[in-house]
Amino acid sequence: MTARAMPARPDSEGDASLRPVPWRRMAGLTWRQHRIALVGVAVLLGALAVYLWTAGTSLHHAWAATIACHPATSPACQSLADAFNASATSHVMGDKGPGGVLLQVVPALIGAFAGAPVLARELETGTFRYAWTQGFARWRWALAKLVLLAVVLAAATAAFGALVSWYYQPDFAAGNQALGLHQNSPLATLFSLREITLPAWTLAALTIGALAGMLLRRVVPAIAATLAAYAALAIATAGLLREHYLTPLVTSNPTPPGTAWIISQWWTKDGRFAFGGNPPIDLLNQFCSAPPTGQGQNPPFGTFAQCLAPHGYTQWTSYQPATRLWPFQWIEGGWLLALSALLIAATIWLVHRRAA
Amino acid sequence: MNVVEASGLGKRYSRTWALRECTLEIPAGQVAALVGPNGAGKTTLLNLAVGLTVPSAGAITVLGGRAGSPAALDGIAFVAQDTPLYKSLSVADMLYVTRSLNRRFDQPYARARLDELGIPLKRKAGKLSGGQQAQLALTLALARRPRLLVLDEPVAALDPVARHDFMATVLAAAAADGVSVLLSSHVLTELERVAGFLVLISRGEVQLAGQVGDLLAAHGQPSLEELAMAYLRQTTPEVTR
Repeated sequence: MTARAMPARPDSEGDASLRPVPWRRMAGLTWRQHRIALVGVAVLLGALAVYLWTAGTSLHHAWAATIACHPATSPACQSLADAFNASATSHVMGDKGPGGVLLQVVPALIGAFAGAPVLARELETGTFRYAWTQGFARWRWALAKLVLLAVVLAAATAAFGALVSWYYQPDFAAGNQALGLHQNSPLATLFSLREITLPAWTLAALTIGALAGMLLRRVVPAIAATLAAYAALAIATAGLLREHYLTPLVTSNPTPPGTAWIISQWWTKDGRFAFGGNPPIDLLNQFCSAPPTGQGQNPPFGTFAQCLAPHGYTQWTSYQPATRLWPFQWIEGGWLLALSALLIAATIWLVHRRAA
Repeated sequence: MNVVEASGLGKRYSRTWALRECTLEIPAGQVAALVGPNGAGKTTLLNLAVGLTVPSAGAITVLGGRAGSPAALDGIAFVAQDTPLYKSLSVADMLYVTRSLNRRFDQPYARARLDELGIPLKRKAGKLSGGQQAQLALTLALARRPRLLVLDEPVAALDPVARHDFMATVLAAAAADGVSVLLSSHVLTELERVAGFLVLISRGEVQLAGQVGDLLAAHGQPSLEELAMAYLRQTTPEVTR
């Protein structure tokens, strides 16, 4: 039989000198266990980056040609500007393209396919009974894995977010930037794809996935729960939370800056609240002899104010100025980072506490 | 010295007690067999010993430390039921992972043993036969040079040859290195040759515990198998008829 005697166990390694296994050993282990997920993320981000780089280069060239053209009013320059506007708005990633929405899915995919299986697969296949009975304490094992994955994925998505920002630079320079929000739509927002918010959302998705995996203990339900929780959080943030990060500015100027993110509008008469939003149609019929545009279509800012102002009406607008882009980025990045830390802590606590 | 000491130990899953009022001392330097029918609480007791489960009542110490504490786990190597391995990792990666997670890992021993067993290092763990997977799990456990080797139903899924080889490895380790062994099994014939200490468990309670020789003499039974059968018939009539 293949019985083999082992060398005697040295006594000097007794319990008195029980030092924990070094943290650094988790690096190679985490890579070996999660290389498929990490390579998948690299391929996904890499393919998108190549596309953004090639499309972005031509966009930058078109923009550079437009601003270099003199005099700006000449027909030649106008046609350059038209060409730039056409390429900036019509392509996949532009105002009218689905790119912004598609990129929203990146953090969700990372959370679902890199985050959710970290613990769910161990629990589903039973390997946690191997991993949690080694000399490396299991809470340290879970913490090291999650932090390593978080750092690597945050770095990769931060770089990708910087590329997204670079890609849209001509767009923003042309005045299309409304606090990074395309048409203020909660879904088609670029705001969460920048170099601070994209890694922050990725961390949130990753840690949601890890906790979901720990709670549900199976990979497929954990993936589904991660996608659902991420979508709920992203939509609630874009639709309800983001506009409150800082108190909006209020102006009675009927034409707020074109880059401003308009939060709400209302009217006062003689210093008292009159109505919110657009003026009622009978008021317009009464005072605005010729309604400037057809019904059902929003006129340019300020057209109603002109004809209603002589009758004591004032239009008020609350808005977030575009200069708040970076404060808003840091606020969102900050709370998402805090949320991620909290979710990691909850996951570790469950790993530590869990009774098999 | 005892490798495992339990007093008033109990584990409850929602309303039912998987194990209760377990007071037990398992001496070092022997192969201790945990015997009982399926669902008797063997796995629960082993999970408590390796810290995968926390007690609902009582206390359990292993190798002088609280079960599941880093000090206790440093000296224990546990091979769970169905020998869970990372199926997508190669054998070499399984060695790497186990070495990374422990203060001690006898790499030359592990390599030499896998060589003898004809288990290729590049093969994925999931592609090995059942017997090879069990041997790999056992090799990983022994290469940690534990003071206590805990095996949960190690041979239940193996064919007779693999079963024999597996137990031979366990016995060689116990003999050569003085590793204490705690294993659970419902295959009584396999234990006859190896067990020096017996814990008979049924319906969540320890029925009998002691040196096999003493127990046989005290109960007038010729073999461990008949002793166990006699007790299990008494306590679980519905199982054995």
